[in-house]
Order: sequence, then structure tokens, then C-alpha cells
Amino acid sequence: MNRYPSWKYVIIAVSILLGLIYTLPNFFGESPAVQISPLRTTAKADTALLQRVEDALKQANLATTGMFLEEGGIKARFADTDVQIKARDTLQSVLGNGYMVALNLLPNSPQWLTSIGALPMYLGLDLRGGVHFMLQVDMKGATAKALDRFSADIRGSLREKKIPYSGLDKRGSQIIVKFRNSESRAQAESEIRKTYADLNVREDNVGSEFHLTATLKPEAHKLIQDSAVQQNITTLRNRVNELGVAEPIIQQAGADRVVVQLPGVQDTAKAKDILGRTATLEVRMVDEEHDLSAALRGQIPFGAELYTERGGGPLLVKKQVVLTGDRINDAQAGFDNNNQPAVHLNLDNNGARIFRQLTKDNVGKRMAILLIEKNQAEVITAPVIREEIGGGRVQISGRMTTEEARDVALLLRAGALAAPMDIIEERTVGPSLGADNIARGFNSTLYGFAAIAVFMTIYYVVFGFISVVALGVNLLLLIGLLSIMQATLTLPGMAAIALTIGMAIDANVLINERIRDELRAGMQPQAAINSGYERAFGTILDSNITTLIAGIALFAFGTGPVKGFAVVLCLGILTSIFSAVVVSRGMVNLMYGNRRKLDRIPIGQVWKPATEKR
Amino acid sequence: MEFFRIKHDIPFMSWGKYTTTISLLTFVLAVFFLVTKGLNLGVDFTGGTVMEVSYAQTADINKIRDTLIKLGMSDASVQNFGTSRDVMIRLPAKPDMSSAKLSERVIASLKEEDKTAEIRRVEFVGPQVGKELVENGALALLVVSLGIVAYLAMRFEWKFGVSGIIANLHDVVIILGFFAFFQWEFSLTVLAAILAILGYSVNESVVVFDRIRENFRRMRKASVEQVINNAITRTMSRTIITHGSTQMVVVSMLFFGGEALHYFALALTIGILFGIYSSVLVASPLLMLLGVSREDIVRPEKKEEAEALP
Repeated sequence: MNRYPSWKYVIIAVSILLGLIYTLPNFFGESPAVQISPLRTTAKADTALLQRVEDALKQANLATTGMFLEEGGIKARFADTDVQIKARDTLQSVLGNGYMVALNLLPNSPQWLTSIGALPMYLGLDLRGGVHFMLQVDMKGATAKALDRFSADIRGSLREKKIPYSGLDKRGSQIIVKFRNSESRAQAESEIRKTYADLNVREDNVGSEFHLTATLKPEAHKLIQDSAVQQNITTLRNRVNELGVAEPIIQQAGADRVVVQLPGVQDTAKAKDILGRTATLEVRMVDEEHDLSAALRGQIPFGAELYTERGGGPLLVKKQVVLTGDRINDAQAGFDNNNQPAVHLNLDNNGARIFRQLTKDNVGKRMAILLIEKNQAEVITAPVIREEIGGGRVQISGRMTTEEARDVALLLRAGALAAPMDIIEERTVGPSLGADNIARGFNSTLYGFAAIAVFMTIYYVVFGFISVVALGVNLLLLIGLLSIMQATLTLPGMAAIALTIGMAIDANVLINERIRDELRAGMQPQAAINSGYERAFGTILDSNITTLIAGIALFAFGTGPVKGFAVVLCLGILTSIFSAVVVSRGMVNLMYGNRRKLDRIPIGQVWKPATEKR
Repeated sequence: MEFFRIKHDIPFMSWGKYTTTISLLTFVLAVFFLVTKGLNLGVDFTGGTVMEVSYAQTADINKIRDTLIKLGMSDASVQNFGTSRDVMIRLPAKPDMSSAKLSERVIASLKEEDKTAEIRRVEFVGPQVGKELVENGALALLVVSLGIVAYLAMRFEWKFGVSGIIANLHDVVIILGFFAFFQWEFSLTVLAAILAILGYSVNESVVVFDRIRENFRRMRKASVEQVINNAITRTMSRTIITHGSTQMVVVSMLFFGGEALHYFALALTIGILFGIYSSVLVASPLLMLLGVSREDIVRPEKKEEAEALP
């Protein structure tokens, strides 16, 4: 007799039901949507915003197929991508810079499915299209930047305490301060030790000069690098928000790397440009005391640099930075009084105070506004200061296009990168290829499954059919599990689903062959079923564990697509053991287990050597 | 239906001389091609840029090549990919130009030539990332091998572990040999396929080993050779059917999986074919060579009633 206790049937039924429910959302597909979320914490996504969005869409005559208010944003569904893109543009212009309006895909599954957390599988970039970047943070750049900041601060402190020094140099990872006598050096040393806990200070005598060499302490060095990566991630997140990307992934990978994934992004050139840019702003004074023509001949005076103004002539700019982009609260693109594209800046309190002081002290002189990108500085404009400017409102206009003004505003608003970054890996997949890849993966699985189903049913008849049903359950459970876990499904992952189908049938072949074997040896059908399942189980376990070892190693050492392959492979092994052994046995027990007299079972012809006649 | 109607055990072990010769020959050939031709490593491992561009009409490869030469990229390789309208462009890693700029410039010039050019895929891997991927791949191979040996040694006995893994590494080398000989592109997905094959075809050895263990317990009077022959013969039909089924899916991947899964499926095909061969005709002779005996498996004090032979 082959009977299962009823709890086993319950387990089988419940797991199949769960598999069905969680697989279901994958069949409804997704429809284009626009996602609106406020960028600043002060603005809230509420019914008022919902009303605004609704009105704007109605005014533009754009029909939605559904709109929801969710925590952190509003999502509106549209019939097709044309309407979606029009709606995005409309909403962006109506709502302005305070909101992120991003294209997205929303599952079409009914509300009750979504509310129990049944979502479609999370598709990787190779299936939905998008960009994947791996960026490496330039740690030397981060340290250099920190040293620059320290040099400026030390200068300030020495001046404030009225300690005379004859020069300050940055050499590699050292800051060297030069003094004329040892008294001022001693004074400076105690001052630096007191104020800058992150620096090691050492005295050196070079010729007749008294030097003080400051270096970063190792722990401070590490801290700077860690915070550089963290700040870069924050900045990237801000910039990505400005780009309007739904569900971006930005995370640290290793000590000095950041992974950025932007699903559905089409304009990769723009994305790369915005992500990689290290724009920051500096305000410096124009050096008008020295001779420009001498500088043009190569005699650049000490403490100044030669630049060319955008669309203008060359000019000498002092090295000393008065104000940096860190002091910017907000930046908006707009137009100046002459209707030229301009960037309007709003400085914070400190910045506003510095700027007022600067303009007050230098009326009639020229200042230079520099945009620093990838270590290259450019003077955007060098206006003459007409009067004291208070209130922290600054306008930069200098022969830029509207597009440039918008980019500069975006970069200034999103903050500067703490250290430059390089793209060391890029994977871009166009949306059409993504759709093709889904079809390819799906077809491979479908036809592979069909071929196996036909063969198994012919070869093992009813037991073959039972195996095929078990295989179907395996597929159902695997997809349900992937949907529940929201693990990223990639093309190799889809290949792994197909491969799992091909490998999972092994367990059923083993069982069926065993049963035939036992029948051949003259066992009664019921006993043969029982012993076939029992004996095959050990083998099935052994053979699956070896594959599991390979899967786990792939997961541990693989990256990106390979990891996706490994996840599906490992999950597929687990579901296949369950479905091939428990589910198929359950079906066999249901069909044959209760029959007292079972003379033969439909497992195909069992051939016996000619010497033994039936 | 029953494919295999085998009356007597097939004397696989007595073919040891031939099979060992064949194995050694293929193995040496594979190593030879690996050394002389080397693997055609994909962009994942070498670093560089790969671009897939699709056109509305048949793509003019020569024109594309000219465009690239004009850009100063004479070392680029251009070839059709899948259909005549799809083109794959490979650019070696250039230390002086950032990837972002490189691919953008190529796309811009191609669009200038033909407006229908559409970027389907861009992959850029920096040289340092490529190096890491090679290291991680080698490490994964090592861990999988050791893990399998350890598991087999624990579950059976060390001789089983050693012969199992040698047989399967032999498959891996042969797959690599094929990739070297035909200069097929060796990418990350192919590596994944090879590691999966390593785990999968060990199954095969496990099934045979399982039978050998069982036979040692049942066939008290039989010699080691008889035991192994019987085990192989009786698992034959399962072996062929299982691998046939897996191969059906892999064939389906070859036909419907497109270019992206082509080499993945190819690696699996070779792996499956040689997996059958090696687990039957390499692992078991090795087991005999290592001197497996009944005492390795059956503890002397444990006495069971011997079952009748089939």
C-alpha cells in the first residue's frame, strides 16, 4: 500500500496554491506609468498633489488608466508609451523642479494580488533595458582634495592668530609651511596641533628656513576615504533623482566602488555625463595688479593662474578661493535681464555673509566665477563688482546655452562629488533587446519543456505524464519563489530556469527506471513503486547536492549576470527535489496507492531478458 | 517502450585500454589547442568595449569599418551578429580614452552615416575588472572542485571523490579545448555553464558510484570488475535518458535562445556529451586504478543477506 498521511497532501496542495498565486502576477504584464515624487522632504505627496496631477493631465487631454497615491509618491498608468512620455513632459513642466517625474512600468495585476505582496519577478537590466555602471572612486583625488581644504584652513588660522609665515606648499601628501624664525614656527605648531587633530606635525630645517611638515594621520586618511565614498553615493543619488529614474539602484561595492543601475534609461550618454561630472563652483578674485601680457609670455606671477574667460579674453585669476560650491543652497536655470540663459544661485547664511563682505570690499574690481570639472577649471564669467550684494542671491550668466545652464544648475544643486570617479564597467541594454531576450528565454524554456513532456509521456506512459506534471509544478514553484523573493531575473537566470527543467527530470527518470528495475526483478507493483522511490531518493539527494555546491560557489564568486544564474540554479534544485520526490509520489499514491489489487502499472513496457518468460 | 534491452553486463572495464587512450588523446589535444591557440576571451575578461548595433537594412560592414578607422580605431573588429542587420563591434581597451567617450563617439559617427543605426547593447569592462573576473572564475572552479571531492569523499570514500573529480575536470579541459580550437568567444556566461556542467556531470558519476556501492553489498561473490560492469550497465538507460532530456532543453536554447545564449548552450552540449563518456569510461576505470575494494565500502562486521542476482 502506498498512502500518504493527509498532512502531506495538505502540504502539497498549499505549496501548489501558493505557487499559483505568486506566479499569477507574471501573466498580467506591465503597463507604462509615470511616477511623481517630491524631491524635498518639505513637499509631501498628498491629495492636493494628486488633484494637481489630475488637473494637469486633464488639461493636456491625456487619459490615464489608473492613478494611485502611495507613500512617497503618485503613480499614474497610461495606455501606451506615447501618452506616457507626453504625460511626463507635461507634468515636469507643470510641477517644476521640486518633483521627480520618472517613467516607470507598473504591474497590471489586480489590486488584491498586489496587496498580498504578489508581484511579478524583478527583471534585470538585460531583460528590461537600462544602464549598469560600476564607478571607481579616485582615492588619491579624495585625499588631495582634503589636503587642499586643510591648506586653506591652516592659512586662515595662521592669519587669524597673526603668526607670520613665508610660504605654504603642498607636496604629494604633505603640507609644508615655511617660517622665517623658530619662534613663529613653535607658535604655529602648537596652534596646528590644537586645532587640527587629524594632522601629524613634524619640524624640519631646510637650509636657513624653518619648515613645518603636516601629514594626515592614518585613521584620518581612512575616514576621509570612507566619507568620500559615502558622499559620492549621496551625490549620485541626488543626481539620479534629478534625472528622473524610477527604481534606481545605487550601492557601494567593495571599498572604493559604487554600482549604479538605472532601469529603463534610454539616453545613456546624458546619464553618463551627469553621473561622471565633478562640477563644483569657485569664486576667486581677478588679479589686476600684475601684468597680463607678461603672463601670456609665460611669466605667470606667484599666487595666480592664467585662464580664458568663456567667450572672452585671457585673464589672471588669484589662486586663493573665496567661496566654493559647498555654500550653495539652491541653483536654478533661468534668464538674466538681457534674456540670456543664466543660473540663479541661492547661498546659505555663511556663504551670503562671505559674499556680501567680498563684494563690499571689492567694489569696482573684477571677480571670477569658475566651474571646475574633472580637474579642469573654466572661468564662466568675470564680472565687475558694481555694488555690495547681500541676501545671498547670485546670478551667473556668461554665454551659455539654455541646456548648459540647466546642466550646471543641476550639478550645483545635486552637490559636488567628494572625489572624482571613473566608470570601470558599463553595461547598456536597449529596450528592444531586453524584450527580445525575454522572448528568447521564454521560448527556450517552453520548447524544451514541450520536448521533454512528449518524450516522457511516450516512454513512461502514465508515470511519464505524472513526471511531467511534477516538472510543471517545479516550474510553478520556482517562478513563484522568484516572485516572492523579488530576486533579480537576468537572461542567464532564464537559461538557468530552462536548464533546471532539463536537470530536474533526472530525478523522475531515476525513480521510473528504478521502478522498472524492481518490476523486472519480479517485485509486485505496489512494492516496486515504494522501493523505487525509496532507493532513488538517496541517489537524487547525492546528485543534487553536487550541483548545489557548484551553484553556491557560482553565487559566492560570480558577479552580475552569473550571480543571477546561480540564484535560479540553487532555488531550482530545491524546488525540483520537492516536486520530483514529494509531489510525484503524492500523485502516484493518489492514483494507485489505494488499489488492493494492482497487477500492472502503466510505466511503459518493462522488458525482461528472454530467458525469463512472463 | 524500452530502448535498452541488454542481456548481459557489458564488459566496460575490459575496454579500459582503449578508453584511456581515447581520453588521453582528446585531453592532450585539448591542452595542445589551449596552449597554442589560447582561449578567445570575451570582453568580460580582457577588458574593452563591445557594442551591438542594429540597422533597418542589411548592414554595410565595410562602411562601418571605414568609419571606425576614421575615428582612429583601426584595431576594432566588426562582424555580423545573428542576422545581417545586426553588427557587433569590439574595441580593445584603451588606457587614454574613457569608455564613456569611446562608445558615445562611435555611436555618433555611425548615426551620422546611417540614421537607422540603433544601439542594442554596450558593454564596457575596465582592465582591472577583467582581471578580477578571471581571478574569481578560477577561484570558483577551485572551490567547486574541492567541494565536490570533499562531498564524495564523505559520502563514499576518497577514491570515489578523486576519480569523480578527475573525470569531470577532464570534461572541463575538453570543453575549453573546443573553445580554443574553434576560437569561440569565452564569456562569463560560458564560465557559468562550465561550472554548472561540473556540478551536473558529477551527478552521473554519483549515480554510477551509488550502484557500485550497492553492488558491493549485494554481489558478494563478484569481482570488482564485475561489480562495476554491472553498475554501469544497469544505469545505462537512465544515463542516456536523463542526458537526452537535458540535451533537449539545451537544443531548444541553441535554437531559440539567440546569440546571447548560443555559446552557453554549446558549452553545455559538449559538457553533456563528454559527461556521459567520462563518468562511464573515465571515472570507473580510474576507480579501479586507485584500487577500490569491497572493504572500502562494506564494513566487515556488517553482514547482510545477499540478494539474488537479476
